[in-house]
Amino acid sequence: MTMSTDPWVWLAALLSLFIFSYLYKDNPLFKFAEHLFTGLSVGYLIVIYYNNIVRSYLLNPVLADHRWVLLVPFAIGLLYLFRFIPKLSHLMLIPIAITLGIWNGIALPLTIEADIIRQMQGTMINTSMFRNPWDPYTGLAVGILIAVGVICTITYFFFSREHKGALKVSAHIGIWFVMIGFGASFGYTVMARVSLLIGRLQFMFTEWIHLIK
Amino acid sequence: MRTIALAGLVLLWTAWAAAIPGPAAAPPPQPATVAPPSDLAAGDTPNDAGQSISLTWRPSPDEALGVEGYEILRAESAEGPYAKVGYVPSGFGSFDDQAVPRDGRDFFYRVRAVGAGIAPSEVAAAGPARSSQQWYNAARTNALVGTLLFTLIVIYFIQGARRGRHLFIRRIAGLAAVEEAVGRATEMGKPILFCPGMDPVTSISTLAALNILGQVAKKAAEYDTPLVVPNRDPIVYTVAEAIVKEAYAEIGRPDAYNHDSVFYLTDSQMGYTSGVNGIMARERPATNFFMGYFYAESLVLAETGAATGAIQIAGTDSITQLPFFITACDYTLMGEELYAASAYLGKQPMLIGTLKAQDWSKALVGLLLVAGAALALSGPGLRQFVLRLLSID
Repeated sequence: MTMSTDPWVWLAALLSLFIFSYLYKDNPLFKFAEHLFTGLSVGYLIVIYYNNIVRSYLLNPVLADHRWVLLVPFAIGLLYLFRFIPKLSHLMLIPIAITLGIWNGIALPLTIEADIIRQMQGTMINTSMFRNPWDPYTGLAVGILIAVGVICTITYFFFSREHKGALKVSAHIGIWFVMIGFGASFGYTVMARVSLLIGRLQFMFTEWIHLIK
Repeated sequence: MRTIALAGLVLLWTAWAAAIPGPAAAPPPQPATVAPPSDLAAGDTPNDAGQSISLTWRPSPDEALGVEGYEILRAESAEGPYAKVGYVPSGFGSFDDQAVPRDGRDFFYRVRAVGAGIAPSEVAAAGPARSSQQWYNAARTNALVGTLLFTLIVIYFIQGARRGRHLFIRRIAGLAAVEEAVGRATEMGKPILFCPGMDPVTSISTLAALNILGQVAKKAAEYDTPLVVPNRDPIVYTVAEAIVKEAYAEIGRPDAYNHDSVFYLTDSQMGYTSGVNGIMARERPATNFFMGYFYAESLVLAETGAATGAIQIAGTDSITQLPFFITACDYTLMGEELYAASAYLGKQPMLIGTLKAQDWSKALVGLLLVAGAALALSGPGLRQFVLRLLSID
């Protein structure tokens, strides 16, 4: 059995083992890998943000294309730094308020379109479903199931009344729909996570110790 | 002499053979000609920001003979010169030219059928057409009506709550555990960990998480229990710090606020997860709160917390991560329960009014679903009406 002679492969493999060592218990090797990862990520992302945001959206357009108007959002962004001056720290609320206002303004109509109107479109039972009632995608049976599921789930998330009587029955059916959906999602994601583990083990057995050719 | 005669004969024969035309080479096959597309129409694209002209045509009836697609050509005058501005595969009869140089100017279009084995067809011509921008997108009227209706409902309930009208909110199971969880940490003399999610401050779930953080911080200040709030986003960190500081001040213990309790860790998803796991493994908080939006790290965080024996309360509207929190945490606030929690704990008129408005909007959506389905089942005419009502272009 030959092993890799590439020092970077060794580094990656050893750090993976340091992380796996937590399965036994917390130990200095795990602590080293954990601190290295967290610290490196901060430095790495500072460089990424400088290149992808500061340079692309501010320095290049201002210095090369003379788009001076961009200095206005830059100045607003600088207000965040007033948090270091206690007497003027309230000024940092201005960029936060602008950001929240703009995003909420954008989000509200989009949410109504995507999460309400589109969902209503998909949920409504209509005459075309009678053509092939048992079709698993467009049939009447699945249409009724979806409509009942949606209405019952909405009643579960109704907070203005106690869940009593008919509301209780409906909410109970709704939570069953929710949990069945979560169960499917859980199984699907666990499979994806196992494939991540397989990928890491494959790297170690293939690239590092060459056990798998 | 005989050799010379022989050479002469060979030469003559060669010249004769060269002069005789050989068997004629097969002429190259003539490319098939196909009928052009027809009924080309060009006009301004409706409900847009300008610089776009929409074209429609009837596809060539000879598509089966080898038409692979249609070339769209544009010129500034009917005579040309025409330049190719687009291509659509066969079977399609429309194209939006979204690169019109200027609004308000006349443009002429031609469309021809093309394919590897056919000669380009005759063209269908249309024009002049002008692009223009519209101030109002009529196709989104339903979204506008929905937004206005929701806003009115929100204002109505907020005003009611401000005037002191009692607005009932049912008890939410996970919230009753908040006080119990803070009390447990106090008894054990261990800190409370609060993760405000992975999303920036613009996310609704992060805002809900920050509201809950304010309530948890008040209880922590009251019981003098250490609070640990690691942040992934620098702006969320700034807001979280202000909220916790204010909570300590509201309880009347501003001096008890520890400046190191709220801190920025890293913006990297797994770097943050790794850091929080380290805190859980070493500082052993008695109570972990995971509130806000989470991604793939949800199970890693919740499993590590469960392994340390902490009581865990999670709340997220991330549908894909909810199953993991439900599995690994003691209490989980699902979706809208997270928003309801911040209103329930805060008891602020603004939040309670918004929650009530959400509730009645949901009831309205349920009613519309039933009424819409009834109308759609009544006949094809009404069905078209319902579809138009809900359509978004």
